[in-house]
Amino acid sequence: MAAVQGGLADTNEEKDIKTEPSSDGFGNNNANDGRVLSTSPGSSASDQQTLLAVLQFLRKNKLTESVEILRREAGLPEDSPELKGSDSSGAGSGGAAGSGDKEGGDASSLLSRTSSVTAAGEDQPDVNVVLSAYNQQGDPPLYQVYYSGLKKFIESVLDCHRAELSQLFYPLFVHMYLELVYNNHESEAKAFFEKFSGDQECYYEDDLRVLSSLSKREHMRGNETLMDFRTSKFVLRISRDSYQLLKRHLQERQNNQIWNIIQEHLYIDIFDGMPRSKGQIDAMSGSLAGEGKREANKAKVYYGLLKEPEIELPLDDEDEEAENEEGKPKKKKPKKDSMGSKSKKQDPNAPSQTRIPLPELKDSDKLDKIMYMKEATKRIRLGPDNLPSICFYSFLNAYQGLTAVDFTDDSSLIAGGFADSTVRVWSVTPKKLRKVKSAADLNLIDKESDDVLERIMDEKTASESKILYGHSGPVYGISFSPDRNYLLSSSEDGTVRLWSLQTFTCLVGYKGHNYPVWDTHFSPHGYYFVSGGHDRVARLWATDHYQPLRMFSGHLADVTCTRFHPNSNYVATGSSDRTIRLWDVLNGNCVRIFTGHKGPIHALAFSPNGKFLASGATDGRVLLWDIGHGLMIGELKGHTDTIYSLRFSRDGEILASGSMDNTVRLWDAMKAFDDLETDDFTAATGHVHLQDNSQELLLGTYMSKSTPVIHLHFTRRNLLLATGAYNP
Amino acid sequence: MAEERRQKQCSVSLPTESMKAMAESVGVGQLQEESCAALSEEVSYRIKEIAQDALKFMRHGKRRKLTTNDIDNALKLKNVEPLYGFQSQEFIPFRFASGGGRELYFYEEKEVDLSDIINTPLPRVPLDVSLKAHWLSIEGVQPSIPENPPPAPKEQQKVESTEPLKVVKPGQEEEGTIQGKSQGATPADGKGKDKGLIRLKPRSTHELSVEQQLYYKEITEACVGSCEAKRAEALQSIATDPGLYQMLPRFSTFISEGVRVNVVQNNLALLIYLMRMVKALMDNPTLYLEKYLHELIPAVVTCIVSKQLCLRPDVDNHWALRDFAARLMAQSCKTFSTTTNNIQSRITKTFTKSWLDDKTQWTTRYGCIAGLAELGPDVIKTLILPRLTVEGARIKAVMEGPVVSNIDKIGADHVQSLLLKHCASVIAKIRPQPDNMEQYRTDYGYLGPMLCSHVMKARTQAALQAQQVNRTTLTITQPRPTLTVSQSGLSGSAGSRTPSIIKVPSSLTLMTPRPGTPSQPSPPATKYIVMATSAGASSTQQYEFTSVSFATSTLQPLVKLESGSGPGLTSSRPMQKYIVVSLPSSASSSLETKSSVLPTSISTTPLEAAMKLDRSESPGASTQSPH
Repeated sequence: MAAVQGGLADTNEEKDIKTEPSSDGFGNNNANDGRVLSTSPGSSASDQQTLLAVLQFLRKNKLTESVEILRREAGLPEDSPELKGSDSSGAGSGGAAGSGDKEGGDASSLLSRTSSVTAAGEDQPDVNVVLSAYNQQGDPPLYQVYYSGLKKFIESVLDCHRAELSQLFYPLFVHMYLELVYNNHESEAKAFFEKFSGDQECYYEDDLRVLSSLSKREHMRGNETLMDFRTSKFVLRISRDSYQLLKRHLQERQNNQIWNIIQEHLYIDIFDGMPRSKGQIDAMSGSLAGEGKREANKAKVYYGLLKEPEIELPLDDEDEEAENEEGKPKKKKPKKDSMGSKSKKQDPNAPSQTRIPLPELKDSDKLDKIMYMKEATKRIRLGPDNLPSICFYSFLNAYQGLTAVDFTDDSSLIAGGFADSTVRVWSVTPKKLRKVKSAADLNLIDKESDDVLERIMDEKTASESKILYGHSGPVYGISFSPDRNYLLSSSEDGTVRLWSLQTFTCLVGYKGHNYPVWDTHFSPHGYYFVSGGHDRVARLWATDHYQPLRMFSGHLADVTCTRFHPNSNYVATGSSDRTIRLWDVLNGNCVRIFTGHKGPIHALAFSPNGKFLASGATDGRVLLWDIGHGLMIGELKGHTDTIYSLRFSRDGEILASGSMDNTVRLWDAMKAFDDLETDDFTAATGHVHLQDNSQELLLGTYMSKSTPVIHLHFTRRNLLLATGAYNP
Repeated sequence: MAEERRQKQCSVSLPTESMKAMAESVGVGQLQEESCAALSEEVSYRIKEIAQDALKFMRHGKRRKLTTNDIDNALKLKNVEPLYGFQSQEFIPFRFASGGGRELYFYEEKEVDLSDIINTPLPRVPLDVSLKAHWLSIEGVQPSIPENPPPAPKEQQKVESTEPLKVVKPGQEEEGTIQGKSQGATPADGKGKDKGLIRLKPRSTHELSVEQQLYYKEITEACVGSCEAKRAEALQSIATDPGLYQMLPRFSTFISEGVRVNVVQNNLALLIYLMRMVKALMDNPTLYLEKYLHELIPAVVTCIVSKQLCLRPDVDNHWALRDFAARLMAQSCKTFSTTTNNIQSRITKTFTKSWLDDKTQWTTRYGCIAGLAELGPDVIKTLILPRLTVEGARIKAVMEGPVVSNIDKIGADHVQSLLLKHCASVIAKIRPQPDNMEQYRTDYGYLGPMLCSHVMKARTQAALQAQQVNRTTLTITQPRPTLTVSQSGLSGSAGSRTPSIIKVPSSLTLMTPRPGTPSQPSPPATKYIVMATSAGASSTQQYEFTSVSFATSTLQPLVKLESGSGPGLTSSRPMQKYIVVSLPSSASSSLETKSSVLPTSISTTPLEAAMKLDRSESPGASTQSPH
């Protein structure tokens, strides 16, 4: 019940603030300014809010011991009741009260929502909390008048403001509709929807479709999309001038209904300076809950790479000499130098080596690194004039449906996940796949011999491919460990399984996601892996723990794809809520929210230097992001269907994208990143000017024969491998 | 447009009748109207919710097609027991029925005889998943290998040839569509942006690589060479290879030059080979020939109407070449004739003009008539039938008059049989029974009596055959036909359609073999469903019916595919094939389905009539007469 009270208290408070809206606007802005200068006070305040929410939750569930422990660790005074705490913090930060409190309220309702997933019995009160805000009765027939009045006003304002204020249409439309539905004005709601749904931007069509089917109060219970709208505030970025204009208009007209909705359900992020253009707004909007708040992207991200461990290269000299004779000595020398210098100098943006405990390198790993470096010296330099060759691996007769593919880093193995729950592993080199001998046979071999690693393998089991049985649903995600000893697969059955590639058996089934697990990815340093699924949570695991180490929760819809940063300190997740989030592995915080996609995100790729992120979605566009500044820096248009795979070449010059439209496209990543204008203004405000230069950046389009491209991989020598299942 | 669609989505819900029907099916007899309405709304909402979840599974399954499995998985998400028994990848086994003012879809649960299942030979084990590697691109250039799609897809070739201006400015067009789609600069989805592809292709690709030059040399040599096996292989390659687009200009020049030279030299064999090349090019699904019609059509027309095509016109069978070329002509008319180029009407005019000319030789006359006749029953009806009397008189003059020359006599003879062959089928369709010899004579003159007997034969044969079709369901697992090229190029006997090409679906699987016993010769109420249709079904004239019949005497069912290649067959065109399949009469609901499947211009009765007709003309098929 505590949560309920909290929620009610919040709404009461919000009403208080509503009476003097002008001060709220100023206050909000002051708080923002403060945060630009130093992020710490704002974040600590919200941290405290979260803590209090957690305490509240614990107390509600009578977990007194945990309450004690948490309180002791957080250093909170024993007797402060959480409601007072939130009050005092609100008063302390002055005008930020509104936003701070709302965050608190959000956090608590979010928490209670997650709890409701586990305990279905508590669904009832929770929904009421969520919906209580809709309780206020407006005159239902007037809703259309209000909305069209606002529409008329926005259409009549100056061009520069119109684009900004148009952002209001969609959230207002949604909330007004939901209010009508909640108050059982079914026919009015329908009429309202029919009248105005056509005005909304086309990228909201999916959500509108969900809304359109929702026409009764009973439906609102358990509808996830509705929950998203209610529990998270729709974030809008509006310039101060436009905001003032809107406020004046609403006050003149005494249009309380709309003003209430704006106060309660929207978060207006006000900035100083020029209003943004239509293009700028469109580039960033499209997500389920509006744009990311600016302060959400202010945290520092250590995007640099970790220092490569020093490894002796005993064989290297011989090898190089041998290659010199082949007649390309010039290329080798400078490359070797550059590599040496890279590993010597510590990148200022890199996290410290021990920020995340990483597994120690084994001898075999060192050998592999040596192999990698050797291969790297033979790497082809790619560029617009030197495009990679593409080798396409078609899966034939995959009638059961190919759902996921991965290559090992050295491109020696392919694993495929299928809709019939099987995982199949192929060797693409002449070396066949062999199992380790049984324990009894292993006893017989000479353990002192030099080739013991050879001897433990059972020649009789050698074959080109192996099938791994264990899942009970389609396998949607698959990932090799960097050392090629393990394979991860995630499936519709809610488990992630770890397979040994020595014995070809299942080692662990990681259970935690109760719903389908859409994707999983091994850390580039091994040991850790991340998974994300329908339960909207991404989880970080270590292979030797059966429970997750971190839970990254914040997405408002399914986590559709997960990716580790090259330095293993961060995890990127893409979601059906059309946002990408970057999470810090160390503390589980969300450090970046990228909005701009207009459809569920199905592909992510980090550039090899760790600075940039590329993402692809069902809308067929690839977006490029600067992780350090938290900015969108490019948009690559060209695909006509969902992008399922993205990959940077080993040196980061070329970005390859593979799509459902049966094409592989190559993009000039170097140029896209060079063209970047990173003056301070854009960095501070986060407003991007995107040139429409997709056609210049597109280096090549390669059509396959009715084979959707679902995975891409650059070999260590920069040959591009593509895969897909042939659909005759 | 999008708005309209969206508004529709908003209001769609299940009809209350469905609720009633469902309630009845579970034993609830009387359901209040109000509860029906409430239920239908609730159910529609839930179904939509499930459908939206199922879409997620489709996306993650990396498919474009929603399957029943996706629905099952979505149900599982909601903790609902999935629906069992609908695990079909290919089709949803629902049937539609209406009656008593109600329309509903139902799941047909057939009674299955276990012994039938046990006795059916096991289907082949599906092939295991395998990996195959090929080069999609080599240093930025896509090699033209069979694994890769043709360099220029057919639609693009068509766009290039018909609307060359559009291709020049792909960027502009793209901008236009974007602006139209959303008011802003960022479209949500870029459908119709395929044009972007075009800009990347090199504009003039008439330089052939060394491999392509070698290929061209090999193919052309094989096509006109002496080795028949090699020729078959080469023609097969032309008909199926996807990468020939760039060589097309060379092939068409090769053919037109070849025809020009060989007509002068009267080299019949080579002309036949060249026509077969044209045929193969036309059969290639990846080529769009319109740009080269100016070279190909004159060549083909030459082979139809040329006065002399061979050295010894009295002995050599140049008639077969004319027939074959006429069929090619008809095919290209059908494929390429548009309102702008008017190929068909121009060709028709040309043929008619030279046919009407009194001085035209019999060979040319034959070609003109063949060319017109192949254009279909409508053309025969309007252009050939009115002239039967005049033509009959002319033939009579040659046949019964003083001997002019042997060549003329042969020519007249061929023209006569050609006219009989083509006209009989048309007359059978348009004239009511009974067929009166005298009436025919007054209507058609000299040819009347012969026509009459042909028509009667056609009618009886069709009637016989129509009875014979047995009740058996048949599924074609692989609808793509493989090409079999018959090798009778030169040696064909007179009257047979020598260079005929038979298309046979590569595999036919019998789902429920129900071999009829001889004691049950004509099952009542046999129904037909036309399973294959092809584009351009605008008029009835160009359908050819291929019937599937089963030998009734043995238990092992035999599938017989009748195509127009039987000896002595009269009217058939290698353009469209229909597989007529009979359904068990128990499926009372199929009546409605049928009318919706059939092309609009064919109602049930003409279909059967046409069937009969076809039968009566193919003595080859009458070997399986049921009695």
